[in-house]
Amino acid sequence: MTDILTFTDRGIYCPAGGFYIDPWRPVDRALITHAHSDHARPGMGAYLATTGTAPVMRHRLGDIRLDTIRFGEPRQIGGARVSFHPAGHVPGSAQIRVEVAGQVWVASGDYKTVPDGLSEPFEPIRCHAFITECTFGLPVFKWTPQDVLARQINDWWAANAAAGRTSILGAYALGKAQRVLAAVDPAIGPILTHGAIENTNEVLRAQGITLPDTIRVTRDTVPKDQPGALVLATPSALGTTWAQRFGPASTAFASGWMALRGVRRRRAADRGFIVSDHADWDGLNDAIRATGATRVFTTHGYTNSFQRWLTDQGYDAHVVSTDYQGETLDLVAEDAA
Amino acid sequence: MKDFATLFSRIDETTKTSVKTAALAEYFRTAPDTDRMWTIALFTGRRPKRSITATRLRAWAAEVAALPDWLFEESYGVVGDLAETIALVLPDPQDTSDASLTHWITYIRDLSMLDDHARKAGILRAWNSLPATERFLFTKLLTGGFRIGVSAKLIVRALAQATGQPEPELTHKLMGNWTPDTTTWDRLIVADDPGADLSRPYPFYLAYQLDGFDDLGDPADWTAERKWDGIRGQLIIRGGAHHLWSRGEELMTDRFPELAQLRDYLPDGTVIDGEILAFADERPLPFNALQKRIGRKSVPKKLLTEAPAILMAYDLLEHGGADIRDQPLALRRAHLETLTTQAPATAPIRLSSVLPFATWDDLSAARDQSRDLNAEGLMLKRRDSPYLAGRKRGDWWKWKIDPLTVDAVMIYAQAGHGRRANLFTDYTFAVRDGDDLVPFTKAYSGLTDAEFREVTAWVRKNTLQKFGPVRQVPPVHVFEIAFEGIQPSPRHKSGLALRFPRMLRWRRDKPVAEANTLGDLRAMLDNYG
Repeated sequence: MTDILTFTDRGIYCPAGGFYIDPWRPVDRALITHAHSDHARPGMGAYLATTGTAPVMRHRLGDIRLDTIRFGEPRQIGGARVSFHPAGHVPGSAQIRVEVAGQVWVASGDYKTVPDGLSEPFEPIRCHAFITECTFGLPVFKWTPQDVLARQINDWWAANAAAGRTSILGAYALGKAQRVLAAVDPAIGPILTHGAIENTNEVLRAQGITLPDTIRVTRDTVPKDQPGALVLATPSALGTTWAQRFGPASTAFASGWMALRGVRRRRAADRGFIVSDHADWDGLNDAIRATGATRVFTTHGYTNSFQRWLTDQGYDAHVVSTDYQGETLDLVAEDAA
Repeated sequence: MKDFATLFSRIDETTKTSVKTAALAEYFRTAPDTDRMWTIALFTGRRPKRSITATRLRAWAAEVAALPDWLFEESYGVVGDLAETIALVLPDPQDTSDASLTHWITYIRDLSMLDDHARKAGILRAWNSLPATERFLFTKLLTGGFRIGVSAKLIVRALAQATGQPEPELTHKLMGNWTPDTTTWDRLIVADDPGADLSRPYPFYLAYQLDGFDDLGDPADWTAERKWDGIRGQLIIRGGAHHLWSRGEELMTDRFPELAQLRDYLPDGTVIDGEILAFADERPLPFNALQKRIGRKSVPKKLLTEAPAILMAYDLLEHGGADIRDQPLALRRAHLETLTTQAPATAPIRLSSVLPFATWDDLSAARDQSRDLNAEGLMLKRRDSPYLAGRKRGDWWKWKIDPLTVDAVMIYAQAGHGRRANLFTDYTFAVRDGDDLVPFTKAYSGLTDAEFREVTAWVRKNTLQKFGPVRQVPPVHVFEIAFEGIQPSPRHKSGLALRFPRMLRWRRDKPVAEANTLGDLRAMLDNYG
């Protein structure tokens, strides 16, 4: 039986449908799982994405030829039947199901299995072959439950506010920042946002997603007028003059990498909150099991060890080399990953 | 253990020293005596003996977590800390425990008396009753050094806050070879007598590197000596016995048995600060000679003749049983001179001579002779300075000679541990030898975090081959390597070994063809080895 999806130097390709999934070089037709910049790149002839993903893509990529599709809506493209299903990664993010002559493959993009109160919850899709990320594909990664996490952030913020300190939290502009917004208690104090985050907030609010009230930080913002504030910053803004304007502050960083003490200390923020929009070890294993797939392709993250682990578990597992980044440790490179 | 875990989290969750100190001080005010004594002991390097090998712990943790050994090892490579890896992979505990820090330390010590089977059961029981942070700390107690970002200095500052005692006095009280088994909070911290223990050393006074002469004032206010290249040591003669302490608060008495005869020449109630040197024909031997004696508990006769040790004395801290550290250096030195001249010429002690100079330029010339005299540079000390505790600015300065340097090519990279896990920070360097590259040293430090990140990204993209945790990379990047000494070494392919190698600069401007050669290194060996 031939493979209905193949891995090329431009991205994941479907010969029967003549389209690519999340290509990293310009192609005629691209199906996009979600709007993060390592998956939704400029320069494609035509795009197809979910209705929830489209607004942020337009915001980021400008004037593109973009067609939208609803979750679960089947569509025939050439010889392939495709549909998009929630990946739980960020609002609108999708796994893409491709069926050709009875063969079903799923390209999952980035995903997480626990609900974050904002994204459409991850939906397991039965398939023969499953293409998975494994950004956090080691057994040391186990996420803090969402309610515990919310309490940790709120306690930190409230303690800082009581001590007259501003709370500055570094989080990615799309996904992480809104997830934090959905989790915190706005009664503690005002919430200020970095421009890049507020731009994304505006797009998401416009498509009907409810977020607490936020104040955009501009050149005219007077920190003194906002005592006890929580400031949501892009990770690269932490430690810069942008962050220094808030005076006495406690800094924190929200990332799955904060599960590791060494990384937490190297980041030199006061606190590290373990939050990720990627699946943890149990999440990855549960998700793969739920697909019923016998073939698994690992695309980014700890691909080699995860492939070996899956092989040990009896899967026909392969490593695929891609340009996806997942959640990166390097804050300078990628605010959107 | 809960209180100790809370203390740890509060310290670990901040980068601000003031917050860490406050957390420790509060703990010292409220914790039970034995717990606070163990806390001081742990953070000043007095850990209970290790009773289980790391290999066993890894195997048991992998078994409990139902992971294959290779996956545990991969995880360890990423986390960079064994105790943390174990705490992270284990399933959640099914049991709870309210036991104290002291209880768990006793528990660990009792394990060493048991057979392997019972030890394993004991460890698994502990793992299954401790939540994440406590489990990490418990395992940390089982494995290697208890280094978790708290220095002895921070402990002293917190104790000063908690007890109202001055820091130098507390520093002194914490010196020496006490353990929580041999003393109590009342005797060690509360009691007023730091001299109660006859073997207890004084805190060492440490100098900063000189950064210019502008603030020094009149040269006449200063004395200069050689900065000797040996092991800093404090010789204590009290109660008819002698003790020799290293700067790292390690007792070295038995490692240098020849110094025992100084008991015959120096009066009781004498404490001398100086440098242990391998010494023959009235001059120091290269550091290489002394190195053979470091780390040897007992010394064979042959080594005693090959590398005889002396104390190069430079300060007197206790005279006639009285602590004279607050008297001016000139006076302390005068007493020291009297003492050392009383000893016969055959006694293993010398007075570190004072270098005459009128201007700073005179000194610069004296400094240039350092390498020929097997010295590291010069020491400048203010004549009226007291002997302070710890590293302090103002009265003492070290003026080291510039390091030796070579331009070398990076050929392997390895990820660091702990704070540096996930970053490629440990590199192997080579010099050119015809068309070949010969590895000659490793270096781990000297680059900025940003540079380490940049090299890491490059290594990830340019790995030629993996050998376990080591990545072979194309030989394209040249780094300037600085080091303090060079010596022959038959164990290395290059035939030589460096002392304190580190990266001085990333030479982006230099192509590999302009890196130094093995011939260059051999010439350095001939000159300075």
